[in-house]
Amino acid sequence: MTRYILRRLISAIPVLLGISVIVFAIMALIPGDPATAILGSFATPENVAALNEDLGLDKPLVQQYFIWLGNMLQGDFGRSFALNRPVLDEVLERFNATLVLAGTSFVICSLLGIIAGVVSAANQYGFADKAVTFVVLLGISIPSFFLGMMMILTFAVNLRWFPASGMWPIYGTRDIWALLDHLAMPAFALSVVATGVIARLARSAMLEVLRQDFIRTARAKGVSEQGVIWRHALRAAMVSIIPVLGIQAGFVLSGAVYIEVVFQWPGIGRMLVDAILRRDLLLVQGGVVIVAACYVFFNIVVDVAQSLLDPRIKT
Amino acid sequence: MSFFALVARNRLALGGLIVMGIVVLLALLTPVLPLAEPNVTNTSNRFAPPFSEGALLGTDHLGRDLLSRLMWGTRLSLAVGFAAAIVAATLGAAIGIIAGYYGGRTDNVIMRGVDMLMAFPYILLALAIVAALGPGLVNALIAVAAVNIPFFARNIRGITVGIAHKEFVDAARLSGMSDARIILTEILPNVIPVIVIAMSTTVGWMILETAGLSFLGLGSQPPVADLGSMLGEARSALITNPHTSIVPGAMILIIVMAINLLGDGVRDALDPRLKSGALNRPLPATLVARTRTPAPPTQDGILELSELQTQFHVKDRVYRAVGGVSLAVKPGECLGIIGESGSGKSVTALSVMGLVASPPGLITGGSVRFEGEDLVGAPYRHLRSLRGRKVAYIFQDPQATLHPLYRVGDQLIEAISSHRSIGREEGRKKATELLEAVRIPNAAARVDDYPHEMSGGMRQRVGIAMALANDPEVIIADEPTTALDVTVQAQILSLLDDLRRERGLAIVFITHDFGVVGQLCDRVAVMYAGRIVEQGPTRAILDAPRHPYTARLMACVPELGGGRRRLHAIPGLPPAVDQLPEGCAFAPRCDRVQPECRRGEIAFDAGQALAVRCLYPVEQKEAAR
Repeated sequence: MTRYILRRLISAIPVLLGISVIVFAIMALIPGDPATAILGSFATPENVAALNEDLGLDKPLVQQYFIWLGNMLQGDFGRSFALNRPVLDEVLERFNATLVLAGTSFVICSLLGIIAGVVSAANQYGFADKAVTFVVLLGISIPSFFLGMMMILTFAVNLRWFPASGMWPIYGTRDIWALLDHLAMPAFALSVVATGVIARLARSAMLEVLRQDFIRTARAKGVSEQGVIWRHALRAAMVSIIPVLGIQAGFVLSGAVYIEVVFQWPGIGRMLVDAILRRDLLLVQGGVVIVAACYVFFNIVVDVAQSLLDPRIKT
Repeated sequence: MSFFALVARNRLALGGLIVMGIVVLLALLTPVLPLAEPNVTNTSNRFAPPFSEGALLGTDHLGRDLLSRLMWGTRLSLAVGFAAAIVAATLGAAIGIIAGYYGGRTDNVIMRGVDMLMAFPYILLALAIVAALGPGLVNALIAVAAVNIPFFARNIRGITVGIAHKEFVDAARLSGMSDARIILTEILPNVIPVIVIAMSTTVGWMILETAGLSFLGLGSQPPVADLGSMLGEARSALITNPHTSIVPGAMILIIVMAINLLGDGVRDALDPRLKSGALNRPLPATLVARTRTPAPPTQDGILELSELQTQFHVKDRVYRAVGGVSLAVKPGECLGIIGESGSGKSVTALSVMGLVASPPGLITGGSVRFEGEDLVGAPYRHLRSLRGRKVAYIFQDPQATLHPLYRVGDQLIEAISSHRSIGREEGRKKATELLEAVRIPNAAARVDDYPHEMSGGMRQRVGIAMALANDPEVIIADEPTTALDVTVQAQILSLLDDLRRERGLAIVFITHDFGVVGQLCDRVAVMYAGRIVEQGPTRAILDAPRHPYTARLMACVPELGGGRRRLHAIPGLPPAVDQLPEGCAFAPRCDRVQPECRRGEIAFDAGQALAVRCLYPVEQKEAAR
């Protein structure tokens, strides 16, 4: 097992390098001169040239890439000119908030999605199946930012159940209950689409498994129907559900952008949008690379989980 | 049936198609409709509520007519979404076809690049692209198209790899066509349907994503607005004037939902398994639709079937898999059921404990009596309590019939714990004993094996051990040795024979192999087209088969040391059980057939020791020849 994890970690290195190349290439494509963007259009040519030299932008692209890569490996992602602080500090702080939000959403969509899919498959063509199918269709069709706005309108403004925005109360204690209070709506809104996708997949994976011979064997043994569904069928269906959970984690992580903007969540998505609108490119670059790297590692975790769940996978 | 007819039959998909048609039509007609100017501001009339004078949907924060802006915004959103889909599909397909057609290193390099792009969380990559190009609707379009290219490239590559090695492509290559021409004339036409389907499932996403970028202020820039930026602009007035948010939001919802409905319909129409009902979930017990009360039993035994009928109802067809089967087995006795595949022997066996997959299976008549009590239509709870405890099954192909992800020991323990509570230690001990009983060497270590770690013969023994777990009265073995080689087969047969003698088990043994029947069974029933055609003591039937079918079936079996006897395959095929002929089902293949054979019901007295369903049975001296 340790060797398998090690092998997967090593295989992540080229992917991470590829990600850095892609991000660097996208940023190198930028029309215009970053130094002008930073200094404004009234800067003198001398100032621009000086800043270009400062930033290493007068060197050839390949050299620039390796300098950038080397700096990143030492934890130096540059400084955000708009915030005037190191990119890494800002990104890590914001990423924490995003992880709280996206992590909660991921737990919600995994649990709800799988349960809904299983119940739906177990009652194929029955009332529960039709209800789940309809709600799922609605869930995967509604834009999460619109859903979030409607939730604010309903549950924050009209019913006053939850605060409308932010991660912490402006006044008062920052304890777990305050966090949960603020987290409930954005986490739910963020999880809706992924819940729908997972429920659909879980349903069809369950229907596929329920026709297998080993299900008939379980029934022939006299296993109760609950046992057949939850122990035998779901366990086998999980093999095809887990990879989709991994993919959906990526969607939840990136969908957080909208939710963070709608609910004023101080996460990395909102930071990126603000940085783009301010053309704070080093911050965008650093943020994208760090989030993508985390996603690569999360996918390794998914693969390891998969191999633990399915003894047939050679590790 | 044509593809469109199939889509139209799906009512939800049709609804989606109609809604989408209306939306697209309105979007196309927007320039000629009598609408207010979408971008003319009138701040004295801002935030007019819906249904107010001159503004059906009200006005926004700058007093612009919402209906007009909605129509123009829809037009823009649809255009951008579809454009992104087309760009992504074209580029993705081009990349996929090139990778799939040329293969080798080209393929490797391209697909590695695609994998890299897929390693990004989706919207993040789009954000990075917009960051580089700057906010704007065209840039948002490029970003959304770019992040969707890998999806198309992957799908299309897979299809192309399949096509690139087909004969007609090789033929084109040999005829000297250039690669470019082969791709355009041979590959592309075969790939286009896949591209269209992939587009139909993703265009909804792309509309949603471009709307999302606009919502964030990174897409369309004021004063022009697509649906996303309308929603983004309305957000600051969400609490005071929610209608300015609800109008564009609801429109996005309607569009995406219609596209999703349509996409689902297209996907379902293309999935052949949905039409055949193959994706139906089998119910816990076979459905029963018995119209008449069953006749009293004619034979006696611990398990006694009388006039059992099981059918499969698929669409408007009725397959009579079991058409009135009567048989009985006593404790300590082994009854063989023999027949070709499709003769209904397995369905008969599965009907006993209600294990026929249902739908489409349905028990329509007759009775199954266990210790005198009719099980057809018995409550599920009762049936479940008998399954495995009183009547246990051994199935063919233990590779598929054991759960692949649980250790065999746990599967054995579960067979017991389904009927009585058993502790961990005791369960493990019992599981080891069971494995020893079926002569698995080193049983104590083997309990922790997964099925895939065992050989076929070992797995079959596990299957038998599982059937023995609760000391049942009856074991129904459905071709348990078919998948095994001859030595293992012989071991398993002698094992079953010992168990029957030691424990007084009644065994119903299903096979298509007369050799196996001769070794193990006291009596044998021969099935053809869902009915028993001959039944009696094994020796008597093996020595002198009376039904022409039995005789021909036995002639098919090569006998070891039997000299140069010729193998006689039976001409023709068994009849399809959804259109059985009148009279004897074997008549069309029988060389002794008379006109009377094709009329009426041929009698069969199951109560007799030796019974045959034939008007002109083979005579003893004929058979001895």
